[in-house]
Amino acid sequence: MCLAIPVRIKSINGTEAEVEIGGITRKTSLVLTPEARMGDYVLLHAGFAINIVDQKEAEETLAIFAEMSELMESE
Amino acid sequence: MPLTTIMVKVMSDKILLAHGSGGKLAHDMIRNSFLSALENPVLSQLDDSAVIEPVGRLAFTTDSYVVQPIFFPGGDIGKLAVCGTINDLAMVGATPHYLSLAFIIEEGLPVSDLEKVVHSIKETTAAAGVTVVTGDTKVVNRGTADRLFINTAGIGIVPAGVNISGHNAKPGDVLILSGTVGDHGIAVLSQREGINFSTELESDCAPLNALVREMLTASHNIHCLRDPTRGGLATTLNEIAEQSDVSIRIHEEKIPVREEVVSACEMLGLDPLYVANEGKLVAAVDPGDAEKILEKMKKHRYGRDAMIIGEVREENPRRVVMKTSLGTTRIIDMLVGEPLPRIC
Amino acid sequence: MKLVSEFRQSELADGLVRSIHRHAAKEARFMEFCGGHTVSIMKSGLRQLLPPALTLTSGPGCPVCVTDNADLDKSIAIALLPEVIVASFGDMVRVPGSCSSLQEAKAAGADVRVVYSTLDALTLAKENPDKSVIFLGIGFETTAPTVAASILQAEQENLKNYYVLSLHKLCPPIIKALLDSGEVNLQGLICPGHVSAVIGSMPWEFVARDYGIPCVVSGFEPLDILQCIDMLARQVANGEAKVEIAYRRGVSREGNQTAIDIMERVFEPAPARWRGFGEVAQSGLRLRSEFARFDAELNFDFDPGPTVIPEGCLCGEVLRGVKSPQDCSLFRRVCIPAKPVGPCMVSAEGTCAAYYHYGEGDVR
Repeated sequence: MCLAIPVRIKSINGTEAEVEIGGITRKTSLVLTPEARMGDYVLLHAGFAINIVDQKEAEETLAIFAEMSELMESE
Repeated sequence: MPLTTIMVKVMSDKILLAHGSGGKLAHDMIRNSFLSALENPVLSQLDDSAVIEPVGRLAFTTDSYVVQPIFFPGGDIGKLAVCGTINDLAMVGATPHYLSLAFIIEEGLPVSDLEKVVHSIKETTAAAGVTVVTGDTKVVNRGTADRLFINTAGIGIVPAGVNISGHNAKPGDVLILSGTVGDHGIAVLSQREGINFSTELESDCAPLNALVREMLTASHNIHCLRDPTRGGLATTLNEIAEQSDVSIRIHEEKIPVREEVVSACEMLGLDPLYVANEGKLVAAVDPGDAEKILEKMKKHRYGRDAMIIGEVREENPRRVVMKTSLGTTRIIDMLVGEPLPRIC
Repeated sequence: MKLVSEFRQSELADGLVRSIHRHAAKEARFMEFCGGHTVSIMKSGLRQLLPPALTLTSGPGCPVCVTDNADLDKSIAIALLPEVIVASFGDMVRVPGSCSSLQEAKAAGADVRVVYSTLDALTLAKENPDKSVIFLGIGFETTAPTVAASILQAEQENLKNYYVLSLHKLCPPIIKALLDSGEVNLQGLICPGHVSAVIGSMPWEFVARDYGIPCVVSGFEPLDILQCIDMLARQVANGEAKVEIAYRRGVSREGNQTAIDIMERVFEPAPARWRGFGEVAQSGLRLRSEFARFDAELNFDFDPGPTVIPEGCLCGEVLRGVKSPQDCSLFRRVCIPAKPVGPCMVSAEGTCAAYYHYGEGDVR
């Protein structure tokens, strides 16, 4: 029920967006995230975007993991 | 032009109850919609039974097809019926030869739809080298058969020296999967009303008899073959584990899954291991011959993405476990319930 | 960027796992509140990577599981009303109430439709003007804003036949009730990622401040959960208790104000009954009076019948974190996904279902 997945906005038409993830596309409502723009990633839940995904944070998190892996290896 | 012919022409864009009643309309439908496409010496006899003379150990199977919707990306119920039946025969190592086809048609089905399905059957049987030798049609009231149901039976011959069964998997056997999992179920689901996602993904619906023949040229030490249809790979592996009283371990990283299938499953809360396939097989083979068999498979169009995915073991029989990409172990259970109804 | 597969890369797990082992010296019990986290943990066999000092316990974060029988019976009674279409998320359909389920009601002729979104329910209402479409509002703060949005849209479009039966619940109050009961001794809380995407991390601050329990908001991929556990272990090791966000790409301290506003415009807090907890103050959502015409409770007459709790079912205790599925005498023997006794075995995020499907073998 808390199933929400990150999808990318391909196009916007009013409060509706066409979103895409890994070759699957579908429509989603942007009523809860009116500030979302084309190219943004949003969390899709039950047909609505419930929040915008911060891509910079995503990259930073992955970088932290990578750094930790290297650090741990060198210990 | 006789009056009846004019009437048939005027009314003939939809199947009517009268088409199933055995009278003139039925005869015309059989001739126009079926025979013209599936013409062969046995079928054209139009006797009550087909008389054939197969020689050798017979493999005999039956199946019914109720997939919804009847047309989906990559195929339709006709192609599915032929491939499904051929594959059941191929899974015991048999060379498929003869098929029966019985149609239960819902009143109101457009004739053009029926003809598309029959055309599909014609193409698939021709490509696979099998013949439809006997058939039947019934038409039922609107609302009592979702557009079209197809029942089949298939006869094949098992070559000498071939002994393939779900009971034959042995500890030490290597498990080979012929390609990506989940394609069919997701392709069909994408067409369902209310699911609302679109994809270029197509069903993997395909006849596997030629692939199996190639595998047998590499080695006869193929102990077990199964096509993971309803319930997916997970259910099939559990069935083998039970039938052969062995345990199975597979490796998550080795299982090929298309990106679209991963994404659709994420979106819908499904697991690709439990989603139906209609053009894949899993084989339990002697470890010494595994590489040879894999090489042959990869050279065939329906085995290009074949992978060794795991092994058969002795301890904890009837259990299927998976080594995850994190290196942990988890149980792979049989499918419970029906998350994807009417996929086949 | 593939925001899913990148967070499953096994090579990146090693560093996190080793860090957890370094920091988790003392015995500690962390609770994953959210059913989605339970499933992810079981599916990835995460416990096998953790040091013996750490225990993970499931909590009441499955909105279907915490819906009590009286409310389930209400849904079934509504479904049996004439000229009614009940639209529901898939999970609810097989959950057993006192003596039936939506699935059984459907087999008996009720019009029950599984939908993926409230927007589908709105479409059903438009396509069936002569019927009443009642949407079963189940879910926490992740879902409630979407249901609120559907009511606002129904109002805008002047739909006369769309209703919601609100069984929505709120997370922070139940966490408080759980902690107040003193039944579970927790050293850390794995906070729900998508609820927090909506409400922010601020609502969890009372847990750290008033109960001295470290809180970290986690995403759902295995690497996310490992990172969360690492952050909790560090807090415990340092004797700290604060709220941190591991799931930084999806969650901020303030949350999504638009979603919160929409939810609060349509709903107001109300008492709610939780399976295993009884009534908890201000822990549910009901439609505000100006939206009364969309409220199924007020517009339909139905009799849910007497509430019966099946004997031996430990769902309540499992949801409170005091028992685990194997402690239940019915688990696997009588209660299986095909024939569930309680909702924890049938919901996609139910703890018992997760243990059944993915193996209880690795549980400590």
